[in-house]
Amino acid sequence: MTFSRRKTALGLSAGVAILALTVAGCSSSDDPEPSTSATGGAMESTSPDANAEPVTLTLATFNTPGYNSIEQPDADYEFDLIQEYMDANPNVTITYDRKAESGDARTNFFAKLGPGGLADVEMVEVDWMPEVMQYSDLLADLTDPSLDGRWLDSKVADATDKDGRLIGAGTDVGPQAVCYRSSLFEEAGMASDPAGVADLLDGDWANFFDVGQQYFDATGKAFFDSTGGIWQGMINQIDPAYEDADSGDIIALDNPEVKAAYDQLTAASKDQSTHLGQWSEDWFAGMQNDAFAVMLCPPWMLGVISGSAADATDWNIANVYPNGGGNWGGSWLTVPENGANVDEAKKLADWLTAPEQQAKAFANAGTYPSQPAAYEDPLVASASNAFFNDAATGTIFADRAQAVLPSPYKGTYYFQVNTAITDALTRVDDGTDAPDASWDKAVTDINNIG
Amino acid sequence: MSTTDLDTATETPRDLWRQRLGRWDLKASPYLYIAPFFIVFALFGIFPIIYTAVISMMDWDTIRNSGEFIGFGNFDFVLHDRKFWLALRNTFSIFLLSSIPQLLMSTFIAAMLDHHLRARTFWRMGVLVPYVVMPVAVGIIFSKLFADESGVFNQWLGMIGIDPIGWHKEVLPSHFAIATMVNFRWTGYNALILLAAMQAIPRDLYEAAAIDGAGRLRRFISVTIPQIRPTMIFVIITATIGGLQIFDEPRMFDNTGSGGADQQWLTITMYMYNTGWGQLNFGRASAIAWLLFLIIVIFSLINLWITRRFIKTDKSGGI
Repeated sequence: MTFSRRKTALGLSAGVAILALTVAGCSSSDDPEPSTSATGGAMESTSPDANAEPVTLTLATFNTPGYNSIEQPDADYEFDLIQEYMDANPNVTITYDRKAESGDARTNFFAKLGPGGLADVEMVEVDWMPEVMQYSDLLADLTDPSLDGRWLDSKVADATDKDGRLIGAGTDVGPQAVCYRSSLFEEAGMASDPAGVADLLDGDWANFFDVGQQYFDATGKAFFDSTGGIWQGMINQIDPAYEDADSGDIIALDNPEVKAAYDQLTAASKDQSTHLGQWSEDWFAGMQNDAFAVMLCPPWMLGVISGSAADATDWNIANVYPNGGGNWGGSWLTVPENGANVDEAKKLADWLTAPEQQAKAFANAGTYPSQPAAYEDPLVASASNAFFNDAATGTIFADRAQAVLPSPYKGTYYFQVNTAITDALTRVDDGTDAPDASWDKAVTDINNIG
Repeated sequence: MSTTDLDTATETPRDLWRQRLGRWDLKASPYLYIAPFFIVFALFGIFPIIYTAVISMMDWDTIRNSGEFIGFGNFDFVLHDRKFWLALRNTFSIFLLSSIPQLLMSTFIAAMLDHHLRARTFWRMGVLVPYVVMPVAVGIIFSKLFADESGVFNQWLGMIGIDPIGWHKEVLPSHFAIATMVNFRWTGYNALILLAAMQAIPRDLYEAAAIDGAGRLRRFISVTIPQIRPTMIFVIITATIGGLQIFDEPRMFDNTGSGGADQQWLTITMYMYNTGWGQLNFGRASAIAWLLFLIIVIFSLINLWITRRFIKTDKSGGI
């Protein structure tokens, strides 16, 4: 599943991203404080006592964080971060355990969080972070003065509990741009170069759907990839969305913005959506066989597209996003407090999430850094993507990350409420129910939660 | 001690001890030998069942391992949840769509394999091949074949002029598709079990029937079927237990594993899993587990009764 539904979602935000960027920009030029102290700190601490106690650390991740080529045997990873850390810290042996997808990791995480048995360092995804935050007392506090200013503010905010403990070291984020097919735009008689498309789509969702309608009228074909994908883009801009931040109560049904977005989307999706489920067989096939012209894409989606549409030559990226910015995906490294080597594990999490390392991980697997300092790193700044007609991914996504607003509050019930509504959208897509009847079912489901 | 008179002077306390041991050995050993099974069963079977019953009465936090007693609240919620009844409907529908054709096909295949074929072992082993494939793999392969637009089955239907079927949209087609996966996997397995039963039938029964003028079909109905009745009951009961717990195939049927946006193919076990691991609500999931347990017990008893009634044993012992 879970690669899918679990991925959908939560927006992170670049918080007061501009401030963060400025701060990080300054510090990285003369005194890259967070990074060196992290890297150097770990190394220096070991060199004096070279014959320190040998420790074996386990690191558990999922998908492709870009640490070591065992993640993708056929991909060519330039850097081996695991080996690099072991070389710098001869007393440390790392056992790297990677699960195929986030859902597997989530099940494993919650099964072992209480009784023990988790890895020393565990990766947690943005989608289940709200659930993890309920148990923040079982995870080690990573707060450290040397880490101040390392991450985008929103990345820190989402991993800080109400006692001010930081329980996750941010790895990547997913600022979204718009990926599109230039030949299909051309066919519809619309601008097809990245700048032209960015102009076209610059505006709110109403503008986005207007363009979609133009496209549909000209070609008779669907405009966007899936109703679910667009919904996650829209809902992540609504704050508060489903739950009240103070009381934790579900307010989704009393929130007129939620229903308005639902109505806006269902009105447009009739013509403009492929009516395909995100991550379904047909959706993957659609990337190649002209089923749709645009999709909202975070950096990690680029690999999904190029992997599924190898024969399409006209995919491109427009540096734009409807109604501002949006984030899809991203993770943290956490350290379970009942582990055997909490201190060593903290050092590893610290090192792996330093800007230098995250820039290398980006070069390996395209996981976009949550550390503004890394955006200056040539590995990120000069990155481009050949499949997307040499789009300058490094600069496009740095712009997109700046446009992301603080993430709306997501509580315990976020996932269940969101599932009820995306199910409603799917029913409309499938023709099972009319929009209103489908919404009524969602109302029943949401009232049943809790 | 009057009996010791017979043993005269050779009787010592040690012999007496050995005698007693011998008696114990005779009485206790059989229990001792089967004890490991029951100890393991108590640990991994009875204990979880009782523990589940306890948790089902609580608002349970599995991570902190603590909870609050709420009586039958979880059961009350589940029995009033629309999704539970949809899941029950789907489970029975998929069960019927898979078990009935499966049983007919495996009986037929077993009967065919019971004949003198060339390369017998090859054919017999051949029917077991699908069983070797992991259910998850079967699920992935079949869900590609059943894809609504790019799937092979819909393309074939298109060739003979039939509109594509919404395998992932409509209720009955989705059940049919899932039942196909189940049948693919289990038909051969059941056929082999039934074949073993058929081979144990004394051949002279058939000869006698043939002499009495019974044709091939008549022999099958009047000799084979009654003779394999106990095995048939076994197959039906295991198919019932397995069918009502169906999970892998519907979970792999689409990429979300949530049973469809309108719960088209949500089964009870998926509902339980999603409540437990999806919502981390283990109290409620335990209540679903207990309800499923009760449903299976009741349904197995009904099946046993039906099977006993409709497949009659030949009591005369003769032909």
